[in-house]
Amino acid sequence: MAGPMSISAAALLLADARFPSGSHAHSGGLEAAVGAGRVTDLAGLAVFLEGRLRTAGLVEASLAAAVVARGGGAPWTELDREAVARTASPALRATSRRLGRQLVRAAGIVWPHPVLGRVTASSPPEGPLSAIALGAVGIAAGLRAHDVALVGAHQCVAGPAAAAVRLLGLDPVAVQALVARLDLEGTAATAVAAAARPLAELPGPSATLLELEAEVHARQEVRLFAS
Amino acid sequence: MRHEDHHDDGLEPRPSGSSTPRDRALRIGVGGPVGSGKTALVAALCRALSASLRLGVVTNDIYTTEDADFLRRHGVLPIERIVAVETGCCPHTAIRDDIAANLDALEQLERREGPLDVVLVESGGDNLTAIFSTALVDAQVFVLDVAGGDKVPRKGGPGVTRSDLLVINKTDLAPLVGADLEVMAADAGRVRGERPVVLLSLREDPGAAPVVAWLTGLLARP
Repeated sequence: MAGPMSISAAALLLADARFPSGSHAHSGGLEAAVGAGRVTDLAGLAVFLEGRLRTAGLVEASLAAAVVARGGGAPWTELDREAVARTASPALRATSRRLGRQLVRAAGIVWPHPVLGRVTASSPPEGPLSAIALGAVGIAAGLRAHDVALVGAHQCVAGPAAAAVRLLGLDPVAVQALVARLDLEGTAATAVAAAARPLAELPGPSATLLELEAEVHARQEVRLFAS
Repeated sequence: MRHEDHHDDGLEPRPSGSSTPRDRALRIGVGGPVGSGKTALVAALCRALSASLRLGVVTNDIYTTEDADFLRRHGVLPIERIVAVETGCCPHTAIRDDIAANLDALEQLERREGPLDVVLVESGGDNLTAIFSTALVDAQVFVLDVAGGDKVPRKGGPGVTRSDLLVINKTDLAPLVGADLEVMAADAGRVRGERPVVLLSLREDPGAAPVVAWLTGLLARP
């Protein structure tokens, strides 16, 4: 029997890499890191994923949880501003809005809900940032703040993990073992606790190399992943 | 985006490409293995039709901008009407399982450059199991080449069997690679039933006349 703390079926659907919102073509900065020669093997990937979870993962999870905690009447403009302030690179912002609008588009068909129209209408024409979109979709799908935080943290590492298998030919089972050892639960718990505080106080750790390399990657001629 | 459309009934799932060719461009997928001539065919169609129709192109090369650059260099279309989509090493995923990036590119292109009459969506080179989602394109062309082996049509696969038009390209190479065109056409006919097959050599027929005729027929449909 599913207990009150168990993850919902909708969260599983949303976290599944097969959910068609376009994330399969994004490496979360891993392609750039591989190109720069900083990730070449499992050990390097482990460090990359840990760093990404503690920075981009925590920020994504906290913002998404903050949206759900505030419900359908969330202060969208303020949330957008806080998310932008935590995403320094214009290339990463563009990527995030692209993923956000693709996610909202798919969710509009899977979980139709007025909040999805509201988040789109309250965002710039390029769409909501991915964390805000994830929170809104969480509301539409009836997820709790903890669920969207967990999904957000998971997606931040699952994308680059899958990309590492494709780009470096790493053992896919060994890569999943790395992901399994990451503290996604702890990240989600931190995010949910932070979501109760004023928006300006949400966590904002940044990974400077991810931000810088996103700019380089976006201008590269040969690129297999969109980001 | 039209999310406000989606919560009026809240029950019936809508197709993700919910608009129809009547209020947007006709969307044509061009798929097929690496090197079969997809980009050359797209370029030929653009050259043949760009005087009479407003065209757009979305490319899905594994090397992202490579195909888009080819089209831009050949000056077949204004560059702003050619966009490239990255596929994360999985071209078939981007046209079949998760079409979000392609739908997004189509919508952005039409919003920016529209109204357009036809948008050609070129898949990255892939294997024989690739097929376009019907939520992404209205009709699709699968391009094989003679040099890829004359047994390919017999092997089938969704692209060969289900595409709306099968193009067997590079027929000029048949004598050089020992391919039997009659066998290829007969095998293709067997697995495709009524669906059309054309033999083509873009080198000898750079206007791709039979494909232009097929596409013009589609546009003429009510």
